Amino acid sequence: MAPILQLQSVSKSFGALQVINQISLDVKEGETLGILGPNGAGKTTLLNLISGDLALDTGTIFFLGEPVHSIPASRRCQLGIGRTNQIPKPFEGMTVLENVLVGATYGQNKSQNEGYKKSAEVLELTGLYDQRDKLAGNLRLLERKRLELARALATNPDLLLLDEIAGGLTDHEVAELLTVIRTLKEQGRTIIWIEHIVHALVSAADRIVAINFGSVLIEGNPASILENPMFRQVYLGVETEITAKDHA
Amino acid sequence: MDWLNAIVQGILLGGLYALYGTGLSLIFGVMRIVNLAHGDFIVLAAYLSLVVTQIAGLSPFATILAVVPLLFVFGYVLQKTVLNRALTGNLLPPVVITFGISIILQNALQLIFSPNSQGLDAGSLETASIQLGRLNIGWVPFITLITAIVVLAILQLFLTRTALGRAFRATSDNPGIAELMGINSRQIYGIALGLSLAIVALAGILLGIRTNFAPAEGPARLLFAFETVIIGGLGNLWGTLIGGIILGIAQVIGASFNPGWFQLAGHVVTLLVLAFLPSGLFPRTREL
Amino acid sequence: MRSLLYTPERRIAVIGFLVAAVLISMASWGEIRTMSLLIEFFYLLALSQLWNLLAGYAGLVSVGQQAWIGIGGYALLVMADDFGIPLGLAFLLVGVVAALLSYPAAKLLFRLRGGYYAIGTWVVSEVFYLLISGSTSWSGGGLGRSLQAARFIQPPAMRITLVYVIAVVLAIGSIALVYYLMRSRLGLGLTAIRDSEMGAASLGVNVNKLKLFVYVVCAAGTAIVGALIYLNALNIIPKAAFSVNWTAYMIFMVVIGGIGTIEGPIFGTIVFFLLRQYLSDFGEWSLIILGCAAVIIMLVAPQGLWGIIRGRSQIELFPVRRKLSPNFEKSE
Repeated sequence: MAPILQLQSVSKSFGALQVINQISLDVKEGETLGILGPNGAGKTTLLNLISGDLALDTGTIFFLGEPVHSIPASRRCQLGIGRTNQIPKPFEGMTVLENVLVGATYGQNKSQNEGYKKSAEVLELTGLYDQRDKLAGNLRLLERKRLELARALATNPDLLLLDEIAGGLTDHEVAELLTVIRTLKEQGRTIIWIEHIVHALVSAADRIVAINFGSVLIEGNPASILENPMFRQVYLGVETEITAKDHA
Repeated sequence: MDWLNAIVQGILLGGLYALYGTGLSLIFGVMRIVNLAHGDFIVLAAYLSLVVTQIAGLSPFATILAVVPLLFVFGYVLQKTVLNRALTGNLLPPVVITFGISIILQNALQLIFSPNSQGLDAGSLETASIQLGRLNIGWVPFITLITAIVVLAILQLFLTRTALGRAFRATSDNPGIAELMGINSRQIYGIALGLSLAIVALAGILLGIRTNFAPAEGPARLLFAFETVIIGGLGNLWGTLIGGIILGIAQVIGASFNPGWFQLAGHVVTLLVLAFLPSGLFPRTREL
Repeated sequence: MRSLLYTPERRIAVIGFLVAAVLISMASWGEIRTMSLLIEFFYLLALSQLWNLLAGYAGLVSVGQQAWIGIGGYALLVMADDFGIPLGLAFLLVGVVAALLSYPAAKLLFRLRGGYYAIGTWVVSEVFYLLISGSTSWSGGGLGRSLQAARFIQPPAMRITLVYVIAVVLAIGSIALVYYLMRSRLGLGLTAIRDSEMGAASLGVNVNKLKLFVYVVCAAGTAIVGALIYLNALNIIPKAAFSVNWTAYMIFMVVIGGIGTIEGPIFGTIVFFLLRQYLSDFGEWSLIILGCAAVIIMLVAPQGLWGIIRGRSQIELFPVRRKLSPNFEKSE
């Protein structure tokens, strides 16, 4: 089966800084792909290139067999690419419901009336139903993170891009989030998830790609990645620490 | 039609427009706002020069020493007291406030000086010219062009070679990070508007020597400044000079067909540039 | 009756029709002098609503809306007098003419951002002004011309009554337009754009398409109001028709009243209208005072008069918030 998303030699630089360097990546339909990497490795930029918030310099991106690298973000969203932002950016002057409704109507290219049904559904799934009439500008961090997810889900994406959605949450909140993500996997959605909280990512991902300096360094299933000494050294920086403990 | 003469006169006129455009793009470069009262400040400068010549009996050129510092201070104070409070990231307040200032200035000038046009008297220099074959190069337009080139050169040296200039560029790139580096961006904004109006003062005095002016002519000056910037390319210092020259040539050639086409030709060239070269002839450089 | 008033839309529609009916009935019992005065109020109200839609809701802060007033006036004159199109039809076609002209203008202007966009709109207006004032053949040049077709509406009081009724319809119609637009899918997208352009785009909102639509609608609407202004005045001079003062008034009314709300421009128009009656003898001073007021409001109370009133009492005359209807109650 053809991959749902295909990146071929994608590059992006800001001025003299090469942020993404010749990345090629295939994502299968229904797969949950985790992306790991230190700060500044280019993870968020990679998501921005896929979602269309940034234009790539060179390379191609195919989504569902169609080239999408030169169409605007709004169109990519309607084709089925949804995303969350690392720093939540809700429409602060709108209520939670209205925030979600934007995605449900424009993202699915449906009428406003049709959008209400989808909105109610994702508000329930993300636990925001009771907050629906609150102004988004008044939400707490956890609720803002949930709203990011709710808005993206409202667009009914085939491919969901999650940018550090578990960052800043408590263990309990992360567990709740993982339940939601498992539901999404069961629905057959393809997910690309950037996360620093490795245990969360490992428990949800089918495959993990580790990037640094804008290039793919290693990839494999979660277990093999965690065992990889280079990965432990470079990305977790824990190799020495753990070794020290082992010897103690 | 005498093409050579039209082009030469256009180039000379472009010097004045380069001065207009430089002030406008300087503050846009630093704080991303557009001063809709820019043209009215040009006219204000001409009137201030007129007042100084009348009170002190000086030559208009000498009034530069008074009017330039005066407008610098005025710009600095205006930014610190009014415009800094309008920099909320929302584009509406700066537009409304500078547009309001434009209307206030225009009507105040009309109230004080009457709607009639007046001129600055620079004696025989006003009509003096250099004869080069069949070309007639007026001294005042020539001085204006040289002034523009000198101002642009000084501005470039200032931005690239001085600590304050580097602070300008840092603030332009990212005011938040500039603050972390110990730069007071509000202070920078004050100096930026001060500098912008100082350049405006030069432009206004040279305008007043060159031709008559009236209180209602501010908006037309604003549009010329804008067109200079758009043709030359946003944020490109020397592009501003070229933009002014192209605007000047377009206007002179337009007027030679029909006196009423002077402004129209400039507008049309600007719209054409927008249609076919949206970043202007010289896209943004690292200067500002 | 209860069901008629069930949703805010219907409630407002009923009230709107009642208000319009009362105002229109004045045509049969009101004095001509009062009506002449109110004509001005109603077209100013329509203009402020349209500028608010453009700047307050779509973020297109324009200082060139006078372009469409002038186009509206001249389009009406040319169609009615030169092409012999019946006045009523010509009046409606004015909107089409402006829409057709505004589309390419928007395509160019949208390449500019923020303050430069604002000046760009002014340039477009100047282009129309210079083209019309420069060609003496059909436009009458700088001296302008007068609307002959309207002279057949006799007696003059009859014309004033007619203009009054149209002015009421345009004013109420512009409020209805903005209200229903903002309640619609388009309004949802526009509000999202207002809060974050990038966020809206990544949720599927085609930002430029929505803005383009609003720009064209506002140009057409402003042109129709312009046609009304010159159906009232009968004489048109390019310098006055394309005067930036039109936009200055619009900005003043919207900013004083409260931008980004429907109530704001209504209050702003009332304040402006009253102020103008008192300030009309003061010449330049009146514009200086209006300019100062706009600057001060923007600095001290950017939400305008309506923002101050609403902040205290939480009332909303035109609710645009969306709620889940009972059909979608939680499924447990």
